[in-house]
Amino acid sequence: MPEPSAAPRSDSQSEAIRIEDLHKSFGPLEVLKGVSLTARQGDVVAIIGGSGSGKSTMLRCINFLETPSAGIIEIGGERVAMRPDGSPADRKQIERLRRSLGMVFQSFNLWSHRTVLENLIEVPVHVLGVPKAEAVAQAEALLARVGLAAKAGTYPAYMSGGQQQRAAIARALCMNPRAMLFDEPTSALDPELVGEVLAVIRDLAAEGRTMILVTHEMKFAREVASHVIYLHNGRIEEEGPPEALFGAPQSDRLKQFLKSVA
Amino acid sequence: MAATATLELLQLEPPGWGAPLLRGLMASVLIALGAYGLGLVLGLIGAFAKLYGGPVARDLAAVYTTVVRAVPELVLILILFYAGTDAVNQVLLSLGYDRIQISGVAAGIGVLGVVQGAYATEVLRGAIQAVPAGQIEAARAMGMPPGLIARRVTLPLMLPNALPGLGNLWLNATKDTALLAVVGFAELTQTTRQAAGATKAYFTFFMAAGALYLAISLLSGWGFARLERRARRGQPELHS
Repeated sequence: MPEPSAAPRSDSQSEAIRIEDLHKSFGPLEVLKGVSLTARQGDVVAIIGGSGSGKSTMLRCINFLETPSAGIIEIGGERVAMRPDGSPADRKQIERLRRSLGMVFQSFNLWSHRTVLENLIEVPVHVLGVPKAEAVAQAEALLARVGLAAKAGTYPAYMSGGQQQRAAIARALCMNPRAMLFDEPTSALDPELVGEVLAVIRDLAAEGRTMILVTHEMKFAREVASHVIYLHNGRIEEEGPPEALFGAPQSDRLKQFLKSVA
Repeated sequence: MAATATLELLQLEPPGWGAPLLRGLMASVLIALGAYGLGLVLGLIGAFAKLYGGPVARDLAAVYTTVVRAVPELVLILILFYAGTDAVNQVLLSLGYDRIQISGVAAGIGVLGVVQGAYATEVLRGAIQAVPAGQIEAARAMGMPPGLIARRVTLPLMLPNALPGLGNLWLNATKDTALLAVVGFAELTQTTRQAAGATKAYFTFFMAAGALYLAISLLSGWGFARLERRARRGQPELHS
C-alpha cells in the first residue's frame, strides 16, 4: 500500500539519507518487504524491533554491506546506481558514498593489528589522502573528545568493550561523515559499560549530527531520536516521533513489543 | 688420526671438499628462496582465486592444488623438469628460435615453486578465512577499495594464522631442493654424494650435509619466531 500523506518534508538538498520501497531477500527468505525512510540533516532516526525484524539488514543496506534486492537508496540526494537485481552498478560510487557514512558496529571491529591511533588515521591517510600530521591531529582531538586521549598507542585487545566502541565511533568520525550509522552499538557491552558509549552518541546527537541508530535501548531511543521506526517482519509497523511511538503506541504488536522489552 | 683426516676432507682448499659443499649449500638456499618466493606469489593468487574468484578462477585453482598435491614431488620434478624444458624448447622452435639450455637454478626454482604454490594456496586460504569477518567489513564500510583492503587489512591480519604453516613450507622448500639431485643439479645433496663417492668417506660427508641442513632449520626457526612475534603484535599472549 502506498504511504498516506506523502507530502514532501523538505527539499532534497537537506536530505541526508532516503530509502524508498527497499526489499531484501536472503534466498527464499524475504527479510525486508518494502521499507522507506528519510533522514534530513540533523535527524536522529532510531530503528527498533524484535530479533529478526530486519532492522540491522535495513541499516546495512544503506551503505551496501548488504545488497538490496530492489528499491531506491539516495545519500545526500545522490541516487545509488543499481542493476535490476539490486546489486551496485558502480563500485567507485559505492566506495565514495561509504566514505560519507560513518558506520559503527555491534562488535566494534577495530583492526586488531593497529593501535587506536593507527585505526583512526588509516582511512584518512590511505584513502582520503589527508597529510599524516593533519590526520594525527584530528584523531587525537577526537580521541580526547570520546575520553580516550591516553589510549592512542594502545592495541584494541587491551581495552574494555566500552573503550573499543568509543574508539570505533572516533574512527568513524575521522572521515567527517555526512551521517552516522549505528548497528546496535551497545548490544555487545557489559551493562556497566553501556552508559559511557551512550553518552558519546548523545553528545553527537546534541551537536546536530545526522544519525540512524538500530538499538535495543528504548529509553535512549526515546531520549535522542527525532523519529522512531518500529519494524516487524520486514515491514514498518509503526513510525513517528518518539513521544507518540513510546507514549501512545497504536498497533498491538508495538504495544506488545514495548511491554516485552520494558 | 681419524679426526685430522675428517678435517682435511672438509677443508675449503682442495683436496678438501669444503668449498664445493658450501657452493652446493648456496645453490640449495638460492633455489629454496626463489621457489619459496614464487610459491608465495602463486599461493596468494590461488588463495584469492579460491576465496573471491569467479567460477573459472576457482576451478583452475582447485585443479592446480589437487593435481600438484596428489602427485609425489619427485615425480612432479621429473615431469616438470624434463617435460617443462622440452615444452619451452618446442615452443621456441615452433616460433623459429633456437633451443635454449634452461639453467638448473631457473628450472629448480620453477619446479619447486609450482609445488610450493599449491601448498601455500591452502595455507593462505585457511589463514584468510580465519580473519574476523567484521574487521574486513569495517574496511569495506569505510570505503576502502579491494586492493587496499587486501594489503592493509586482510593480509596483515591473516599473517599470524599463516606463519606456522608458511614456516613449515619454507623448511620443506629447503629440503625439497635435495630432490633436484635426481636431475643432476649440483645442490647440496648432489655435491655431498659426489664428495662421498670420490673419497669413500660417506659418513663424514652425509653427516656434514645433515649438519648444514640442521643449521638452515635452526636459523629459519629463529627467523620465523621473530616474524610471528611481530605479526602477532596487538594480540595478548595466551598463558597456560
